[in-house]
Amino acid sequence: MNRINQKLQENSNEKLLSIYFTAGYPNLNDTATIIQDLEKSGVGMIEIGLPFSDPLADGPTIQASSTQALKNGMTTEVLFDQLKDIRKTVNIPLVIMGYFNPILQYGVAAFCKKCKEIGIDGLIIPDLPVDVYNDHYKSIFEQYDIINVFLITPQTSGDRVRFIDSISKGFIYMVSRASVTGSSSGFGNTQTDYFKRIANMNLKNPQVIGFGISDHETYTQAIKYAKGAIIGSAFIKNLSKNGVDNTEHFIHSILN
Amino acid sequence: MTYNINEKGYYGEFGGAYIPEMLYPNVEELRQNYLRVMAEPEFQEEFNALLKDYVGRPSPLYFAKRLSEKYDTKIYLKREDLNHTGAHKINNTIGQILMAKRLGKNRIIAETGAGQHGVATATVCALMGLECIVYMGEIDIARQAPNVARMKMLGATVVPALSGSRTLKDATNEAIRDWINNPVDTHYIIGSVVGPHPYPDMVARFQAIVSEEIQWQLKEKEGTTKPDYVVACVGGGSNAAGAFYHFLDDTEVKLIAVEAAGKGVHSGESAATSVLGKEGIIHGSKTLLMQTPDGQITEPYSISAGLDYPGVGPMHAHLYKSGRAEFIAITDDDAMIAGLELCKKEGIIPAIESSHALAVFEHKKFQPDDVVVVSLSGRGDKDLETYIKHFKL
Repeated sequence: MNRINQKLQENSNEKLLSIYFTAGYPNLNDTATIIQDLEKSGVGMIEIGLPFSDPLADGPTIQASSTQALKNGMTTEVLFDQLKDIRKTVNIPLVIMGYFNPILQYGVAAFCKKCKEIGIDGLIIPDLPVDVYNDHYKSIFEQYDIINVFLITPQTSGDRVRFIDSISKGFIYMVSRASVTGSSSGFGNTQTDYFKRIANMNLKNPQVIGFGISDHETYTQAIKYAKGAIIGSAFIKNLSKNGVDNTEHFIHSILN
Repeated sequence: MTYNINEKGYYGEFGGAYIPEMLYPNVEELRQNYLRVMAEPEFQEEFNALLKDYVGRPSPLYFAKRLSEKYDTKIYLKREDLNHTGAHKINNTIGQILMAKRLGKNRIIAETGAGQHGVATATVCALMGLECIVYMGEIDIARQAPNVARMKMLGATVVPALSGSRTLKDATNEAIRDWINNPVDTHYIIGSVVGPHPYPDMVARFQAIVSEEIQWQLKEKEGTTKPDYVVACVGGGSNAAGAFYHFLDDTEVKLIAVEAAGKGVHSGESAATSVLGKEGIIHGSKTLLMQTPDGQITEPYSISAGLDYPGVGPMHAHLYKSGRAEFIAITDDDAMIAGLELCKKEGIIPAIESSHALAVFEHKKFQPDDVVVVSLSGRGDKDLETYIKHFKL
């Protein structure tokens, strides 16, 4: 069984904090350290960001960390090399989040194969549309037991949410608001109405809420309505400000 | 066989809509409505009336006598430079602003490189009384000050793109991010035949007025609707798409796309995407783009800001791959010389983009009875500073 399914199905009441970070930031070789520290601190799942030159769904924080990571020398090959022994020390689900072009250039099948070898459990590719995935890549992902995670937003119609639920295998990434990553003005009625609406749909896949979660308060609000919540930009800001040694402190500030 | 788009939004293997889910409702709304809206008689009427009375169409098809004598062939110039705002860009912005109104949008965003599309968008927003936000790379803002001033005079807000290389591709990213942040009331007027389906097709259809006019104008002058060649420069490719459109499936008409070689195709400072590019995804479209082996998009270079884009539209990727169009790369120097030659021989100062197309005559021999139509996509006023510097005028 894929680690994502294991994790999200175990103890059905347990909530999960997932953290996104850009691989290769702040320093090229921080990747493994950050992953290990996140697990130790109580994080339930990690999204490893494969940096891209043109991250069009991301706000300024992740843009800047991506630019810096690429400057530091991060490439797909380097990332796979950094992760090759990660399963010796880390047990929680690991997901790679990246834009489609670098994965396409590596070769989708080769990329999935490598993920399988390393022990990566899933991929989040925001600009790989659902229909293209279904028509061209689904069988490859399935061959290597890599879960492809799809996004829904407040603008996604009910029918489309059902459709995305029907083709999803691990969890649904619920984008909290119409925005790029890194906006942090808290959740108002619009968000909670949307969270409730989706929660009431009784989807077969658990939902994990991301975008706009930055502190204990927004985390607590999100997990009221979903299985878990994802923090990205706020963690990267913490890395910039307090360095790689501060991970445990940051995670505790979110969880407690 | 057709070289036009198929029902799934692809030209051959190129095109599609590689967009994050956040953009799906917007792009889907457009995809479901654009053909229907464009076919409405009232839309057509309004579009054509504005093209005639506001843009000044039809643009002349001018027989360039002295240039023809020099190169011993029949050269016609399609004078898009005479349009209001000085280039072909306005054909598309007129069409899209009418589309935006039909879709009930009241806020317009656009990207711009040199500022021509930004000015054309600001112009139609002023015309329709709609809010206009133009994203422009910080570096381009500094080097295209007059166009920034024009946009401001027209009432637009110009927002600097501070990310990445701070040029056109980053301005496009910023416009896309704005659209993600404003999914309900906003229409994104893309300036070229790039972006997710249906943009490449919609923009090509709005620009198709160019080849439609070439057909009847040539009939009047040469007794045939078919030129032997149509030549146009390609950055993203909207003026070429317009000039080629009605000839795409008529292989008796040869198509020549001229790209910017910059300082030389292999100099490391070039925008010749067909030669240097590889298949991949840029701005929501599968096409040819300049990138590292690792799939990071690289920065192009051309003396012409309008050709300074690391991709080409999917139509052009298909025209290249299928061999339907011949692709030629022209250096900065050769383009500048061709531009100056048009000034001296015909009394027309071309945009440097268009000068690339004009340079075809030094690079390819045509027969004396060949009819060669060149898309003179824009006028050179905006480029005076570059001409002055280059020729030490």
